[in-house]
Amino acid sequence: MNSCCTFLRSSIGKKLLVAITGVILIAFVIGHLLGNLQFFAGPHVINEYGTKLRHLPFGGLWVVRIGMIAAVLLHIFTTLMLVKENRAAKGAGYQFKASVQAKVATRLMALSGIILLSYIVFHLLHFTTHTINSDYAHWMDGEDHDVYRMIVAGFSNKAVAIFYIVAMVLLAMHLSHGAASLFQTLGLRTKKMACRLGLCAQIFAWVICAGYVSIPVAVLTGFYDKKHIGNAETPSCCEAPATKGAK
Amino acid sequence: MIGRIDSKVPSGPLDSKWENHKFESKLINPSNKRKYSVLVVGSGLAGASAAASLAELGYQVKCFCYQDSPRRAHSIAAQGGINGAKNYQGDGDSVHRLFYDTVKGGDFRAREANVHRLAEVSVDIIDQCVALGVPFAREYGGLLANRSFGGTQVSRTFYARGQTGQQLLLGAYSSLNRMIGAGSVQMFPRTEMLELVIVDGHAKGIVVRDMVTGAISSHSADAVVLATGGYGNVYYLSTNAKGCNVTAPWRAYKKGALFANPCFTQIHPTCIPVSGSYQSKLTLMSESLRNDGRCWAPKKKSDTRKPGDIPEDERDYYLERMYPAFGNLAPRDIASRAAKMQCDDGRGVGPGGFGVYLDFRDAILRYGRGTIGGANLSETEAHARGTEKVKALYGNLFDMYHQITAESGYEQPMRVYPAVHYTMGGLWVDYNLMSNVPGLFVLGEANFSDHGANRLGASALMQGLADGYFILPATIGNYLATVAPDKRPKADHAEFRAAEEAVNARTQKFLSIKGKKTVDEFHRELGLLMWDLCGMARTEKSLTRALSRIPTLREEFWTNVNVPGSSDSLNVSLEKAGRVADFLEFGELMCLDALERRESCGGHFREEFQYTEKDPEVQSGKVCAGDVKRDDENFCHVACWEYGGTTLKPLRHTEPLIYEVVHPAVRSYR
Amino acid sequence: MNLKLKVWRQKDRNSEGRLVDITANSIPPEASFLEMLDIVNDELTRKGDEPIAFDHDCREGICGTCSLSINGIPHGPSETTTCQLYMRKFSDGDTIYIEPFRAKAFPVIRDLCVDRMAFERIQQAGGFITARAGSAQDGNAILVPKQNADLAMEAAACIGCGACVGACPNGSAMLFVGAKVTHLAELPQGQPERQRRVLSMVAQMDKEGFGNCSNYYECEAVCPAEIPATVIAKLNREYAVAGAKDTVGVE
Repeated sequence: MNSCCTFLRSSIGKKLLVAITGVILIAFVIGHLLGNLQFFAGPHVINEYGTKLRHLPFGGLWVVRIGMIAAVLLHIFTTLMLVKENRAAKGAGYQFKASVQAKVATRLMALSGIILLSYIVFHLLHFTTHTINSDYAHWMDGEDHDVYRMIVAGFSNKAVAIFYIVAMVLLAMHLSHGAASLFQTLGLRTKKMACRLGLCAQIFAWVICAGYVSIPVAVLTGFYDKKHIGNAETPSCCEAPATKGAK
Repeated sequence: MIGRIDSKVPSGPLDSKWENHKFESKLINPSNKRKYSVLVVGSGLAGASAAASLAELGYQVKCFCYQDSPRRAHSIAAQGGINGAKNYQGDGDSVHRLFYDTVKGGDFRAREANVHRLAEVSVDIIDQCVALGVPFAREYGGLLANRSFGGTQVSRTFYARGQTGQQLLLGAYSSLNRMIGAGSVQMFPRTEMLELVIVDGHAKGIVVRDMVTGAISSHSADAVVLATGGYGNVYYLSTNAKGCNVTAPWRAYKKGALFANPCFTQIHPTCIPVSGSYQSKLTLMSESLRNDGRCWAPKKKSDTRKPGDIPEDERDYYLERMYPAFGNLAPRDIASRAAKMQCDDGRGVGPGGFGVYLDFRDAILRYGRGTIGGANLSETEAHARGTEKVKALYGNLFDMYHQITAESGYEQPMRVYPAVHYTMGGLWVDYNLMSNVPGLFVLGEANFSDHGANRLGASALMQGLADGYFILPATIGNYLATVAPDKRPKADHAEFRAAEEAVNARTQKFLSIKGKKTVDEFHRELGLLMWDLCGMARTEKSLTRALSRIPTLREEFWTNVNVPGSSDSLNVSLEKAGRVADFLEFGELMCLDALERRESCGGHFREEFQYTEKDPEVQSGKVCAGDVKRDDENFCHVACWEYGGTTLKPLRHTEPLIYEVVHPAVRSYR
Repeated sequence: MNLKLKVWRQKDRNSEGRLVDITANSIPPEASFLEMLDIVNDELTRKGDEPIAFDHDCREGICGTCSLSINGIPHGPSETTTCQLYMRKFSDGDTIYIEPFRAKAFPVIRDLCVDRMAFERIQQAGGFITARAGSAQDGNAILVPKQNADLAMEAAACIGCGACVGACPNGSAMLFVGAKVTHLAELPQGQPERQRRVLSMVAQMDKEGFGNCSNYYECEAVCPAEIPATVIAKLNREYAVAGAKDTVGVE
């Protein structure tokens, strides 16, 4: 009787889409963090890792990139539809506004989402397409793109670092609601889990946040491989254009 | 003038009357059923189950309720449970025992055949409700659980926490919804019936008011079913919902239907006492609490000590003392009267001395010590553990008590006092549940039939559902088979027009009085008067007084009430005015009935007729001094009142009650 | 105590409404919130004004009729319903905002009364078990494990007041629908229509214009019957499974 579309267009269908894309995005956030944390293992580890990613078999990186873009778009598009419907469903609301137990993170989901999105765009322009600073593309560490140096250079700019940290705090808020909510939306939340789930999601979100934030903090406090950066600051940069740039 | 009153009770042995009657009842073939239209007024247990069941059979049904949804009907507030003679506990229950308990509980003023049928059908009700998904309490093995209730010595009460009425109503409501969804029932919420329409002596429709738009409209049908509940709100303060009213039955009465035993009202022994004049309603504490709670009053008069400071030997566990066999599980009328006796004796507790204690201290300790390893616990520890158990059993009731009084029933005894709860009287019906007006059927609390002069706990739900699910669907065919399908009058028939005009005139009258007093003020005044003069105890003097005061109050109402607003919108005052106007007439009939019934029975207690120390029944220990004294010789009958018009006194007819199986005896619970 | 009320007055469905200042004088703290309104209404009526229309009936917290929001919260600071809220929770001189439940699917019909027929239509779409009167087997022939019976009862306790919708910033009815779906899905009797029920009820819920749950959990906080928001998780699961089965055609 129902087609797949009716199912997905229903209120719960849309929520399911948001949750499933949310799961994908969370998986990405975890994976990306694990990759990033190799920063602390030294320049060569992370730079090699960067090269490995670029040379995944069957164009794996592009598969992931396209998948992520699709997930992000679907996540946002579906959410926008939900928000629109929700606004219409609530109508004018109360003259006296109040709430009992809605969390700040929940109420700010749209805001945190929008700022995160703008951050992601900036982040991609900054570190992936190097549009913000095209020099990054030419920095090499032997055969590998010098991701390490790019990170240090990027976060040495205080404004960028602060934007990053703010974005990660918002990410934590977004995740603290999202990670718990997906259990609810996917129908996995039980009464027994209910109270612990919120706490676990909080811990998870802030651990992720701490992981990400540790890198700009390390850069700003000078906790990085200065030797590598020092070496890199020698004319080697000028040779960069001759080698392969980032894909 | 009405001739002989024929109850149409089938002949034959008691336990096969219903089976035989069903077989002999006329059937209507399925293709004809859809040509008949039935109006059901009220959507409580009786109304919702009747509307759904009739629609399932194929009749066209319209259902009306004054609430915004059929689920709000006051059946929803029943707490304790529903009786069913399943004997799942193997404790000696049977259909016959339920029948006997109910007849005896009703103080031998109910129609034997009806009660037996009720007991038979009780078994099917439980099955039906389970099938509909009513989440009755279960044992660990998955079987249905039971508890005991007042007036019986077996455990036959099925329950869903303290919300049995709610769950049963939601079950019937879900059936009703199914049929509304299927298009077989047309539902009219926020619609109030204001007139019954009779064409050529048959009930053929009703006139209703849409309570949102104020529109008056007529609905014509082949039969009209009233399932509009009881009239307890004539007392203003009662455990009924605020909207409960007597209007539908009263309109029917004024069109010729007989009103039976209006003076039979049930006062429930355990309600939260009145706290002030602003009070709008009384809240019941379920009878199931008397399974574990013990009722007591201080032995000393005007004892103002805190309950905890009154030592054991200065407490009078009066129910256990007076009725040792049933103790705290004495039937409602008896428990209420006993509580009143304590208070009249000056030993009541709380503000004004209108209260007795319902104490869970012993039950809490017993439960606490009954847990594993609980035998040697200190009192504090046992209390803590027992509290948990009591919470699981009655938590919602204790919470309610706490919200209302700001006192904890776990820590100190609850204060309770009797309050008007249920009305056994109602429109007279025959064995088919049809009133003396052909085509007018009356179900549930709105009819008089099954509870005699006192209703046992957990029996109202049983009766409502029996009437709606099983009895009316089987008996309505007997009437419908006598009227040709598709021959009902159109809704613009002269009788409908006249009824609509009467309704409009009445509405305009209310709005034009523009007096000084609010409708509620009149209602409160009437309620107080009824409670004082025709309440838990009645005398010839008090009733005569009531009969002289009510007409005066009524006259004042019609000249000095203030109903603001207009008739073409939602107008709360107008709705109330219509209901109170009817209560002001009905109250008089009630007092008249109470006056004419010169005996005491069940909930009807005439102070002149009670057992005293001199009676041999008291001396032999069968009853207590102060118990009701029936007069079977002169009053073993149903009093059926016929409207005498605006000027004549109502006429009292009688339907003799013939007991073939049970023999009325002194009703002993000692 | 004396109070300043700001009450929503609206003539009918099509009129504009507004907050009106009304004073409530000499209110006994033992009175219930609705009794306070009764006192105010008596005053208004005596002055020849129309009383404030508000829905109420049983006044013992079970019928689910009372439907007003106090200071922006459905049923206000009551542990259960408005009718079970006592004035001792307020202090002398308080200003109290009294508004109807707010949601697009619950249009105001007058003052504080809203039209909750949308709930009815959702129930009619599938909130039942098909069992004709007289067709049932013996009650004890269906074994229901106590835990399922208890879970079913917990969900079935819903009083249908609509506070969940009134409290939800999205005007979502999922707590209400989840409660009914959970109640019937927990019981063996509810199994035959399980899939159909959840699909039809959700379809109707969407049609009525209720919002979507975004897990604020305001609903469970105001629910007088203490229905937990886990019934929404259950609803989501039931719907996902039924929807998936229905899409591919598995029964």
